[in-house]
Amino acid sequence: MAGARRWAGLLALLVLLAVVLYPLLWMLGTALKSPQEVVSNLSLWPQHLTWANFADGWNALPGITFGRFFVNSTLIAAAVVVANMVSCLVTAYALGRLRFPLRKVWFAVMIGTLLLPQHVLIVPQYVLFRNFGWINTPLPLIIPKLLATEAFFVFLMVQFIRGIPAELDDAAKIDGCGPYGVFRHVILPLSRPALVTTAIFSFIWTWNDFFTQLVYLNDPTTYTIPVALRTFLDSSGQNQIGPMFAMAALSLLPVFLFFLAFQRFLVEGINTSGLTG
Amino acid sequence: MTVATPAARSGSGRPAIRRKPTGRETVAGYVFLSPWLLGLLGITAIPMLYSLYLSFTDFDLLSSPQWIGLANYQRMFTSDPQFWHAVRVTIVFAVTSVPLKLAAALAVALLLNRKRRGTGLFRALFYLPSLLGGSVALAIVWQAMFGGNGAFNGLLRIFGIPGEPWVNDPNTALGTLVLLAVWQFGAPMVIFLAGLKQIPAELYEAARVDGAGRFRQLLSITLPILSPVIFFNLVLETIHGFQGFTAAFVISNGTGGPTDSTMLYTLYLYLRGFGDFKMGYAAAMAWVFVLAVGLLTAVLFGTGRMWVHYSDAGER
Repeated sequence: MAGARRWAGLLALLVLLAVVLYPLLWMLGTALKSPQEVVSNLSLWPQHLTWANFADGWNALPGITFGRFFVNSTLIAAAVVVANMVSCLVTAYALGRLRFPLRKVWFAVMIGTLLLPQHVLIVPQYVLFRNFGWINTPLPLIIPKLLATEAFFVFLMVQFIRGIPAELDDAAKIDGCGPYGVFRHVILPLSRPALVTTAIFSFIWTWNDFFTQLVYLNDPTTYTIPVALRTFLDSSGQNQIGPMFAMAALSLLPVFLFFLAFQRFLVEGINTSGLTG
Repeated sequence: MTVATPAARSGSGRPAIRRKPTGRETVAGYVFLSPWLLGLLGITAIPMLYSLYLSFTDFDLLSSPQWIGLANYQRMFTSDPQFWHAVRVTIVFAVTSVPLKLAAALAVALLLNRKRRGTGLFRALFYLPSLLGGSVALAIVWQAMFGGNGAFNGLLRIFGIPGEPWVNDPNTALGTLVLLAVWQFGAPMVIFLAGLKQIPAELYEAARVDGAGRFRQLLSITLPILSPVIFFNLVLETIHGFQGFTAAFVISNGTGGPTDSTMLYTLYLYLRGFGDFKMGYAAAMAWVFVLAVGLLTAVLFGTGRMWVHYSDAGER
């Protein structure tokens, strides 16, 4: 009886897994099919493997290749990763460890911004950055991150820093460290796991982000992959499904590699962090 | 890595040593806080106030804003049926996708919460859509999958059911968006799993001794103890659900169609602001949105008191 239930559970999981993975496998299979096969062969696996879709997709937009969009996306994501790691850690150190007047108020305000939908700020920020002449540059996507506006990571790091034993701070202080020394010699080295989690998720979220990139990047040479994919879809409709899927699959490759490399970090790190506090 | 360790919990709220802030530490605190404070002021607070001002104006980005008082709000509430339509679509989307997603997440978490080989692999693979699903790439796949020649119709054909272009039918287009959201159940599932692990096995043993069946155990032990986690997921996913944009934008080719059936609130805001350059109107919409989401969160917290069971309430 118990054995039968066990097998039923496993079977249910396997069926569910097939359903969940189907869209991804279909994307891959379609990307490797010839145009005739895309319409005629609805099975997952292509009868004749072809890489032609990747070449067609790469050159799909007139005058610019997807190489450019990959470079644009990578540069923005890399800058955001660094900016978030630095700015969120120093903010979290102040809010999570140091004692100063109004600290609790600022912490509450930070939590408030966590719940603030980004769409409310898009109009005034657009006006602001337009006045700076930043439209069609990556600056509106990067500069705010230098100012620790990604409250989620600040919160994550505050939670993490609070878990670091305060005795270590005291030991460092006995050795003559002030607040800066404690940050440099205790908090910074011990916060590596939180920094790694922040880096991974900053990358993936920026890589997948569409809304802000759509708003600020209107010139094809500045397009990131999501904006380029969308333009591709807009210009070709469903006629170029093979090349489009090839580029879609290629665009997800970095995220997938991150997933393979940091699977445990990804699955456990961020999601359980919000449970306390 | 688990960021939430018991040590973090016991220390939550204050560092271990309580003392009066020193002058040096106050200076250091504000030095470390300065980038964030600058961002709070320049990127968040002042723009929010500016957007409040803009919401009382007519502003097309080219000429300077013209003060028109409450006209934007008046128009929104009384003479813009498309606005109310967007509100309806957003509510339908959130009210269907959030419970379905949470139910799927909880069901799979319960299935996975047994000692079995390969659990880690299952968990990782179920989580994968949460990482990829918000992307334009997946929205494109979704549009094709539920199109006339898509894989979904191919599947139906095997069973002899005539398909249709689901994304082009006003009655079903929003349903495909709901499916895409539910497909990303991995993130709440992982949170449920973490919560399930913390339920002591002795409780189930005691229940079994008392003759409680599996279903009874689920109702009397698992769900009550898990209720704070359910609540946490509910708040998170509801806020998330109201902000859906990418999939609706891509699947409808940036129109909210067919016949406005996928016109989510944020998409309508984008089209008014960045399509028609009615920035004042978009700013007013944004403010209504923030107030509505804030109110909703408050209501959730209010009703949460009635069904969320905190076992460690005394500790705090």
